[in-house]
Amino acid sequence: MVDPNIKQVIEIEGLNSWYGDKQILSNISLSVERKEVMVIMGHSGSGKSTLLRHMIGLNPAVSGSIKLLGKEITLLDRDELFELRKHIGVAFQNGALFSSMTLLENVELPLHEHTKLDRNTIRIMSRLKLELMNLSDNESLMPAELSGGMLKRAGLARAVIMDPEILFFDEPSAGLDPVTSAELDDLILQLRDALNMTIIVVTHELESAFKIADRITVIDNGQQIITGDKAAIRKSTDPRIINMLERRAMNDNIDADDYLDMLTRN
Amino acid sequence: MNMNRLHTMSYLESMLIRFGIAGIFLLETTKTILLPPYALKPLVKQIAFIGARSLLVIVVAGLFVGMVIALQFYDTLVRFGSVSLLGSAVGLSLIRELGPVLTALMVIGRSGSAMCAEIGIMRVDNQIDALECMAIDPYRYLFSPRILAGIICVPILTAVFILVGIFGGYFVGVILFGVSPGSYFQGMSDTVLNRDLFMGFSKSLVFGLLIVWIACDKGFNLHLDKHGAYGSEGVSRITTEAVVISSIAILFSDYLLSALIL
Repeated sequence: MVDPNIKQVIEIEGLNSWYGDKQILSNISLSVERKEVMVIMGHSGSGKSTLLRHMIGLNPAVSGSIKLLGKEITLLDRDELFELRKHIGVAFQNGALFSSMTLLENVELPLHEHTKLDRNTIRIMSRLKLELMNLSDNESLMPAELSGGMLKRAGLARAVIMDPEILFFDEPSAGLDPVTSAELDDLILQLRDALNMTIIVVTHELESAFKIADRITVIDNGQQIITGDKAAIRKSTDPRIINMLERRAMNDNIDADDYLDMLTRN
Repeated sequence: MNMNRLHTMSYLESMLIRFGIAGIFLLETTKTILLPPYALKPLVKQIAFIGARSLLVIVVAGLFVGMVIALQFYDTLVRFGSVSLLGSAVGLSLIRELGPVLTALMVIGRSGSAMCAEIGIMRVDNQIDALECMAIDPYRYLFSPRILAGIICVPILTAVFILVGIFGGYFVGVILFGVSPGSYFQGMSDTVLNRDLFMGFSKSLVFGLLIVWIACDKGFNLHLDKHGAYGSEGVSRITTEAVVISSIAILFSDYLLSALIL
């Protein structure tokens, strides 16, 4: 049973993760408070999506502690983890909708699986969520017929259908035009205000991050550079943060000869 | 199982661990088959996919296999003046060997490959991760209806194959070559014993399980594959592997079951 009064809904201590011999995450520690929007930022390959997968128990932690809604997920068995996951929603980067089902059927699925509600009630609840995502005209379409932005919104509708306490959203802006991306950001804020959710967003989009975040964690090469509010990020003197804020390539200052050596080495 | 460790092990070690993972896959799926809740709708859907949609190809294959067996046996038996044994030869070879094996090979090509590719794409596209995140057990939701449908459909398809094959043999032996219809069916009913029927039935049950188990395990554990690519190339590779491995598994278990029952 999840404690409804718990304040820190996510607590990570000293998390390390490897892929083969390569360390992906190094000593990550952060906590997320209830009803907070935490954005995890970093450039591609920095380890931010891996961190998200650890938080939801899809990747087993090699060392460290991850508490989700007060439960140490590294110690939970499969059934306990499933029970805990009923309190979270995850929207994947590509939507991860089931290609053999219509949009409406995709959104209805968690309700069919976890509740004893009748078909009509499930249909009404799913249509409400689709309406919230501005997808009500597309409910009978198959995922292959949807655009990138619609797929993300559909994935979001399915992720929030059970009114989860925590919503995880992987790369909401990736591959979208600025207008659609801004619409999705507004939607995330609406969800926080209307449904009182704690929201964890993984993104590399600066504009989007500063628009929706209460706090931001920046990760670079698997290392946590900073966790703080927007002002703290802007005031940071860390060159990696400055480069990121000024949208400069991380290796702008590399020596030309060194760069040539790097490219030509065997 | 940490997939990264699997990539760095020796071939033999990783093979043994892979067998273990496939065993755990079957164990977890069996648990979800035996324990409630039970869902009928997904089972019916899979029976339609594996069974009903394979029916035409099984009928056509059964007809021609029956015809060619009758042709070959007639040519051989006529040399010994034993044409009256044609029905026995066709019946026994179809019921004990060719029916179960060829049906299984047809189902691998028709349904096993499609199932493996579908599950593999679900893995690549994060759909299986999405199921887990929605607290829906993939073993129960995806695999238990498929395994059950395989065990139910393959014996039925085998029976259809054998029945159509016997009539294919009848067409060639009786209608084309003039063998007496009485001796064709009487010879068959005299020589085919309950043990032969049991052998054919038990083989088809095992084959049904093997086909779906290998196809689903290959797709589900695509990310554990040692040989690299995890995208569309990975799906095509594991689909090919699933077809090859399940075909070999069918032939190997066919020998094993024949040796055990005979």
